[in-house]
Amino acid sequence: MSFRIIGTGSSLPSRVVTNDDLSTFLDTSDEWISQRVGISERRICTTESVAQLAHKAAKAALEMGGITPLELDMIICATISADYLAPSLACTVQQSIGANCPAMDINAACSGFIYALDTAAGFFARGFKKIMVLGAERLSKLIDWNDRSTAVIFGDGAGAMVLEAGDAYLSSKLQAKGNSDVLSIPQPIGHSVYYENEMPQPYIFMNGQETYKFAVNAMCADIIDVVKLAGLELDDISWVIPHQANARIIDTSAKRLGIAPERCLKNIDRTGNTSAASIPILCDELFRSGKLNDGDYIAMSSFGAGLTSAACVVRY
Amino acid sequence: MVFEKMAAIIAEHIGGDVADITMDTTFEELEVDSLDTVEMVMKLEEDLEIELELEESFETVGELVAFVESKLVTP
Repeated sequence: MSFRIIGTGSSLPSRVVTNDDLSTFLDTSDEWISQRVGISERRICTTESVAQLAHKAAKAALEMGGITPLELDMIICATISADYLAPSLACTVQQSIGANCPAMDINAACSGFIYALDTAAGFFARGFKKIMVLGAERLSKLIDWNDRSTAVIFGDGAGAMVLEAGDAYLSSKLQAKGNSDVLSIPQPIGHSVYYENEMPQPYIFMNGQETYKFAVNAMCADIIDVVKLAGLELDDISWVIPHQANARIIDTSAKRLGIAPERCLKNIDRTGNTSAASIPILCDELFRSGKLNDGDYIAMSSFGAGLTSAACVVRY
Repeated sequence: MVFEKMAAIIAEHIGGDVADITMDTTFEELEVDSLDTVEMVMKLEEDLEIELELEESFETVGELVAFVESKLVTP
């Protein structure tokens, strides 16, 4: 027994930040960002907390699923930028929506949402009936806003899914290749009077070229593997939902895989890279678009710091 | 050997003539950006069955070829 998706929801902060807005204080341009990353604008929190975004996404997913918070058996949240290190964001959401179930966060960076889905699948195998999985981030607080190579890429947002015991989660693959040199975000520095080593600033560091290579290789290999594990062919997949890290990664991978661009979904031009939130936000857009047909196969693929990657196939 | 391979990959990537590519050709004049360079290096990795760790950016074809050659001699 695995699960099927019965509800989705998402929420973005209200402030739109365009490329032109960024070029007022960074040495960059709309042309450069659009061409290299494929982003026109992103949403950035001004007063919203991650918990508020997650709450809105959770409520929308519950509403679509037609269930009450008290029916949930578990809340799992994928995040690296929660409001608190403790309590977990999942516990904050549990309180705000009025649920009464175990709740925990998972950190697999940008791959976190699929790691969380796979964790949920394990609980369904143990007999759980309904689980909420979220991806929610406020990466804008982890960015060095003077660093034009990273400040232009990321955005804030949250997405949620309500899962019910079922048989629509057909295959999955999780990977980790430990490496903190390519992509990392140090923890907050703190004020220990005893600690003697120099502490790095708590901002995103990325070797863009190595990240790009890892991402394209991981996305291509992982999608091929999960499609095969599901007993399907690439042509059977109606929709690919890739992590929205960089439009070029998505386009290159789709081309290598021979997947038509219109089946490989993107919203990065409007959202930027929202890390663990990107897949559930894009899923919510797809679920509300009216484009889905019963029985459609959806492949999801993500990659990020770790280095981690993850992919899965679900049936609508 | 690396130059010939690289020149062929670049020519294919930009849809140009391999004869126009020299060690002094800059990626800027080829209108190739840093991510295009990564894609071409990925192709070279497949062709030569090697793995290269990219840490720097390259302005000319010669700089990229020198980088790849330096990685090939050190085990």
